[in-house]
Amino acid sequence: MSDAAAPDWPDRIFAVLKRGRIAQVGYVPDAGHARLIELVCADPEIADVVLTTEEEGIALAAGAWLGGARAALLMQSSGVGNCINMLTLARNCRFPLLMLVTMRGEWGEFNAWQVPMGRATPDALRLSDVLVYRAERPEEVEETVEAALDIAFDGEVAAAVLLSQRLIGRKRW
Amino acid sequence: MLDRRRAVKRLLADRGDLLVVCGLGSPTYDVAAAGDDDRNFYLWGAMGGAAMIGLGLALARPERRVLVLTGDGEMLMGMGALATIAAKAPPNLAVVVLDNSRFGETGGQRSHTAGPTDLAAVAAGCGIPLTMSVTDEAGLDALAQSVRSANATLFARISIAPDMPPRVLPLRDGAALKRRFRAALGIGD
Repeated sequence: MSDAAAPDWPDRIFAVLKRGRIAQVGYVPDAGHARLIELVCADPEIADVVLTTEEEGIALAAGAWLGGARAALLMQSSGVGNCINMLTLARNCRFPLLMLVTMRGEWGEFNAWQVPMGRATPDALRLSDVLVYRAERPEEVEETVEAALDIAFDGEVAAAVLLSQRLIGRKRW
Repeated sequence: MLDRRRAVKRLLADRGDLLVVCGLGSPTYDVAAAGDDDRNFYLWGAMGGAAMIGLGLALARPERRVLVLTGDGEMLMGMGALATIAAKAPPNLAVVVLDNSRFGETGGQRSHTAGPTDLAAVAAGCGIPLTMSVTDEAGLDALAQSVRSANATLFARISIAPDMPPRVLPLRDGAALKRRFRAALGIGD
């Protein structure tokens, strides 16, 4: 790590994705995912796919699975709202889906516009039949992502890990 | 303007190892009418997702040709996918829009392509390397060839007549469609 103070949980997520044979990662950038995106883009074995909207990633993951590959999807909580109808693709066809969602609108949020979607995120996912896991502390991240990845691909279901805003830290301006 | 059923049948004739994803509504019926195949993934929902499913599939199987067949309404809903696809530009992916400038399933309301919007120009503007606008049989023959052999990501719109041929309804069970598609590629569960 270039910065000794930087958290290492993004690197641990990356290790889980590699162990889990993730071959495609779709993402809409988020500051909380910046390190993980950097690692993904530097890995020649992973196709990094920058999306214009998060729902594209649900369809990308479905196509990957049809072709025998595993995909993961990175987004912030505001993007969950963009995914709702496309989540029916995963539900109807039982496509595995792994969503890693950095939370906004929680602890330390400075922008009230982020709060409504942040508050709605876990319920919106549950209503869409997505299994919801949450990591609050750095030491929980690796095992939580691993559990979500396992159930998603072994059980052919959709699973999301919410990475709390407390974990990511207060946004500095 | 071309007949949609004949156009799709022409594109899929002697398909070889082509993998096909088709958008909900009439393109699904057109592909089914051309002949059911385990390597067809029919969509019955997920409007706006067809091209992105094609991208995930093309990236997963670089040795196979992938054809997405969809309608203008479905493509318009997921138009950002053209930018996403251009950014990766897999050479084995073709996205073909059957463009009748109508929302066919809902009563034939005029779509944006009945007005000033040109989807081939949108695709070119997004940076898709090969774009075609097909309006006649000669163009269709050229497109059928390109779908099989182009060495770059291809986008085409085919101008089709707005009539609605009788529906041909393929399998609707999404999980079953997924399983048979993967089995056809030799992928175990």
